[in-house]
Amino acid sequence: MEPQAIIARRIARELAPGMLVNLGIGIPTLVANYLPPGINLFFQSENGLVGTGAPPEEGMAHPMLTDAAGHPVTALPGASTFDSAMSFGLIRGGHLDLTVLGGLQVDQSGRLANWMIPKKMVPGMGGAMDLVCGAKRVIVAMQHTAKGRPKIVKQCSLPVTAVRPVDLVVTEMAVVAFSDGRAILRETAPGVSVAEIVAATEAELVVPNDVREMPH
Amino acid sequence: MQPLPLDKSVALIPDGASLMIGGFMAVGTPLRVIDELVRQKKSNLIVIANDTAMPGRGIGKLVDAKLLRKAIVSHIGLNPETQRQMLAGELEVELVPQGTLIERIRAGGFGLGGVLTQTGIGTSVEEGKQRIEVAGRQYLLEVALRADFALVQAFLADYMGNLSYALTARNFNPVIAMAADTVIASADHIVPVGVLAPDHVMTPAPVVDYLVAHS
Repeated sequence: MEPQAIIARRIARELAPGMLVNLGIGIPTLVANYLPPGINLFFQSENGLVGTGAPPEEGMAHPMLTDAAGHPVTALPGASTFDSAMSFGLIRGGHLDLTVLGGLQVDQSGRLANWMIPKKMVPGMGGAMDLVCGAKRVIVAMQHTAKGRPKIVKQCSLPVTAVRPVDLVVTEMAVVAFSDGRAILRETAPGVSVAEIVAATEAELVVPNDVREMPH
Repeated sequence: MQPLPLDKSVALIPDGASLMIGGFMAVGTPLRVIDELVRQKKSNLIVIANDTAMPGRGIGKLVDAKLLRKAIVSHIGLNPETQRQMLAGELEVELVPQGTLIERIRAGGFGLGGVLTQTGIGTSVEEGKQRIEVAGRQYLLEVALRADFALVQAFLADYMGNLSYALTARNFNPVIAMAADTVIASADHIVPVGVLAPDHVMTPAPVVDYLVAHS
């Protein structure tokens, strides 16, 4: 299974009925593909939609119904649309249960860097800083390493997105939780050993006795 | 309100003006007005908007034509030309978290001096800003934003200037309509007064100064 699929499928298990959830661009978007059947929840697109559905079938796209990347989407029955102030009121006002975001680095204490690489890639933070500050729960979906280099680091060398620590990082190798400034290994992906994870992680990982295998 | 022809609407805007422009990746952006800004070669503009779309689309056309002096936006990731001009020092770009940007505009339109937010605390966004503690929590003071013109795109307008928006094309539009000295609205459809039910009006007519005619 592709790393992205392993990550998305694991994060989908964190979803529960009735939640309001915002999925970022990239791997986070894939989480919706693994939604357990029968679970009804709300996906938000921060450009002004709650009740975002799957991409439309061919010929059914509407030019004024798009996601935050500008791609056509559908609106499920019960959906609502609103302006950007309302959309970020939902995010910043504590109404958003969960956001899933991509990451460039996460440091030992759970601080996320995901919005720029100085002098190289300066896309702008978009809604990322608001999402990390405002969502009740923040999960980062990212590959464990980039070009062989750990992405879970002692200290972010890239500019951070927020000082508020994220709750969980899910990679194709592991699930890592953050609490009281510590990075705690919670789960290993099937076929991946604790030693391999520790070797691919720069941050100091707390390895409790009850580390389990990632459910699938 | 007598709709104003497109060329005359855009002729109201002087070189160097600050413009708030609706839209999110060009969805809900007044595309005809943008094309006319390019045709009339308005220069030295300041644009306040969510993003600069992409090359050849919406606000991206203003970037392509090098009509901007400054852009105050939250995202330029899908416009490599904006990034290129910024890194080359040809265009000043102020990147603002999206929620902070829309709240700064809302404050500007609602008579507030600014807003207090936790977004940006401890990041590069905090540089040069005041921290204020309220009830034991730290906030950044983000000051209000206004502009000379708001270029609004509605789905429906009536001939008094009442506006209503469609689906995700609403985004920044009703908020910027409150925050500019002069509001120029265009609409996909202009309908007789009375067609828009009072409950469906999202921007009330008195804030709209000019309605762009369809032809």
